[in-house]
Amino acid sequence: MNEFVFFINNVLIAGSVTGSIYAIGAVGVTLVFSIMRFAHFAHADMMTFGAFMVLLLVTLFPGAGDAIGVPTAIVMLPLAMALTALLAVGIDKAFYKPLRAHGVKPIVMVIGSLGVTLMLQGLIRLFAGTGGQSLYVDDRKEIFRLALPIEGVRVPVVITEPQLYLFVLTLVAVVGLHLFLSRSRLGKAMRAMSDNPDLAKASGINTNTIVAVTWVIAGGLAAIAGTLLSMDVTFKPDLSFFLLLPIFAAAIVGGVGHPYGAVAGGFVVGFAETLAVFNWSVLLRPIRDSLPDWLDLPSNLALVGTEYKIVVPFFILVAILVWRPTGIFKGKVI
Amino acid sequence: MNTNSNNPHRRDDTGATVSTFPARELTLLALLAMAVAGVYLAMGAAYSTRMLVEAACYAILALGLTIQWGYAGQFNAGVMGFVALGGFAAMSFSVPVNEAFWASSLPGELGLVLIYILGAGLIVFAASRLDRLGLPRTLRTVVTVLLALVLYMVVISQFREVTERIEDQVEFVGGLGLPTWTGWIVGGLLAGVIGYFIGHVCLGLRSDYLAIATLGIAEIIKAFLKNSDWLTRGTATVSPLPWPVPGPAEVGFTLSRALYLSITAVIIAVIFLLLHRAYNAPWGRMIRAIRDNEESSAAMGKDINRRRLEIFVLGCILMGIGGAVLGSFNGIFDPQGYLPLNHTFLVLVMVILGGPGNNLGTIFGAVAVYIIWIMSEPLALYVMELAAHVGQANFDWEMPTNLESRALQARVFVIGLLITVVLRFAPKGLLPEKVKHHD
Repeated sequence: MNEFVFFINNVLIAGSVTGSIYAIGAVGVTLVFSIMRFAHFAHADMMTFGAFMVLLLVTLFPGAGDAIGVPTAIVMLPLAMALTALLAVGIDKAFYKPLRAHGVKPIVMVIGSLGVTLMLQGLIRLFAGTGGQSLYVDDRKEIFRLALPIEGVRVPVVITEPQLYLFVLTLVAVVGLHLFLSRSRLGKAMRAMSDNPDLAKASGINTNTIVAVTWVIAGGLAAIAGTLLSMDVTFKPDLSFFLLLPIFAAAIVGGVGHPYGAVAGGFVVGFAETLAVFNWSVLLRPIRDSLPDWLDLPSNLALVGTEYKIVVPFFILVAILVWRPTGIFKGKVI
Repeated sequence: MNTNSNNPHRRDDTGATVSTFPARELTLLALLAMAVAGVYLAMGAAYSTRMLVEAACYAILALGLTIQWGYAGQFNAGVMGFVALGGFAAMSFSVPVNEAFWASSLPGELGLVLIYILGAGLIVFAASRLDRLGLPRTLRTVVTVLLALVLYMVVISQFREVTERIEDQVEFVGGLGLPTWTGWIVGGLLAGVIGYFIGHVCLGLRSDYLAIATLGIAEIIKAFLKNSDWLTRGTATVSPLPWPVPGPAEVGFTLSRALYLSITAVIIAVIFLLLHRAYNAPWGRMIRAIRDNEESSAAMGKDINRRRLEIFVLGCILMGIGGAVLGSFNGIFDPQGYLPLNHTFLVLVMVILGGPGNNLGTIFGAVAVYIIWIMSEPLALYVMELAAHVGQANFDWEMPTNLESRALQARVFVIGLLITVVLRFAPKGLLPEKVKHHD
């Protein structure tokens, strides 16, 4: 049973954590893709920017969380989301809108977003330095150890406070986005524009508003994902290049332009990563004695080493591009 | 002589250009020459020659990117990976032979494992064809995936064992001790092969997917080179790499670097002439026709995906060669030294600033941007120190401790700003591609 608890800790919980982060990130990418029709490479740096805003606010008001009993970073998250949303709209006004007005090809927008990603990265590193920093300045990261009430189980299930917040916030974000897209007027207009921009424009939808709303949502979600990731581990300014590939893989797996698909894709990629680096010989240990003699199991049965984690999303990306470029949920834009 | 003069569809190549005198080119090249002369005066000959050699290596990379982006509209966001592959090939071909490795039984074991890997690949491939023997397709897929997983685990654990023994006993496999240029050629070929696979998967799809996939493959190549200690010594780095010309120890820094520069100049001249011919050849016209209007070229019966793959692989080969030349010149193979900023985005700026699709403009952009890049390092530090001092004196700022590393980050911002500004205000670059119009 100890091995099973180990599996829960290292695969179920870790996979849900990475999956949630990728899912929230991929939703933003896929929304931008469906409205503006380009792969937004600056998304991962918007996540980092959101986390950086939280870091700034937490350093400014370290005691704010104590008053209501939640981590200060969580208290500051709404403010950081607003700031990141503002930044996203500002970036669009300053850099993407002129390019759109020129009617450039989507790939030029991609290059423009790479320029933006470098600018954001440069600014964040300029102010935050290059090292890692914890988002828990004044308070302590709670770690819950749940001992299972089963005979002979010594290893507890370990889950941390930010991970719980992450699960809750992911759920809230997904449900909220679902309600927004299916019930509200703006959400319906967004879906209309994603289906057919010209028709949407002709039927009186203000496309500029839709674009702004998309950036607000993408920025807010990016701030949530970046902050919770940084709370779970540490804040690092150079997160983005390692996040970009999994997030894009998730968006493409779920079908580009398909928000629910992106959530599913995020969890697919997250679990694939943790399953691939999990050492399967741990699970086989209890039945090792009953195995035949000729089967000599090596001690390391992980598919890839942790240092090659990035190969997993890439492999998924290539596989999905080869076999089903529209993604598992049939995205609209290929 | 001119029998076609009444034909309204004749190709009139002469009457289109307004002025044949290349004033813009000459002005910009003169400015560039003045900048180079200024660097020579300010920093000394040895330093400046080194800068020029590096700029020349970057020019080869930029030529590779300009045919992908400028000729065909493909955006490769993973130049770094191909540069690293080139550097790796240059290292492993030119570094002296590791006698301890070849004297032991390890080469045989390594060869055996490689044969196992090949055999496992063949078995999996055969399993994927089982449906030809009448097996249901779903069953075939299940069998193939299971077989692939099991065989993969078997060979990878044996492979790990052998590589660990290599690392323990002889440190790494060493080089082949061959002349440097063999490594340069193999570097180009290696990059071309990887480019072929990426292009094969992505080029039929939206252009964004190519950018995503190349970004990923670059990080994977870097991770592989960094963690394969048995092959590259990983973070321990390999140095010195031999030069194809007499080294600094024999003829002094300036002369040896000048000799190296002449070699790179020859390489650039050859590539430039070949590309120039290709651009004006029917093949080049076809490539540009596909870039400018895909539907009509498809309607003309052009095999679009095949042409795209050709141009992508060609660009990757040039990047591999450039990376190999650069790697040899650096004299040290350090997988961690390959950074997206220095080896992908810097090259991108060179191309879009110089003029995508214009080879002369690309070379101009490469040298100009590299001078700015090198000179920005002391300049950024100076500006940061000035700002920090002013802030300290007037507003009681705390002096940041790691000013030097932060000043380097300012360059990240500048490169990003440059990309967006160029795209906005000079989308065709300083020396735009000359498109002939036929009225």
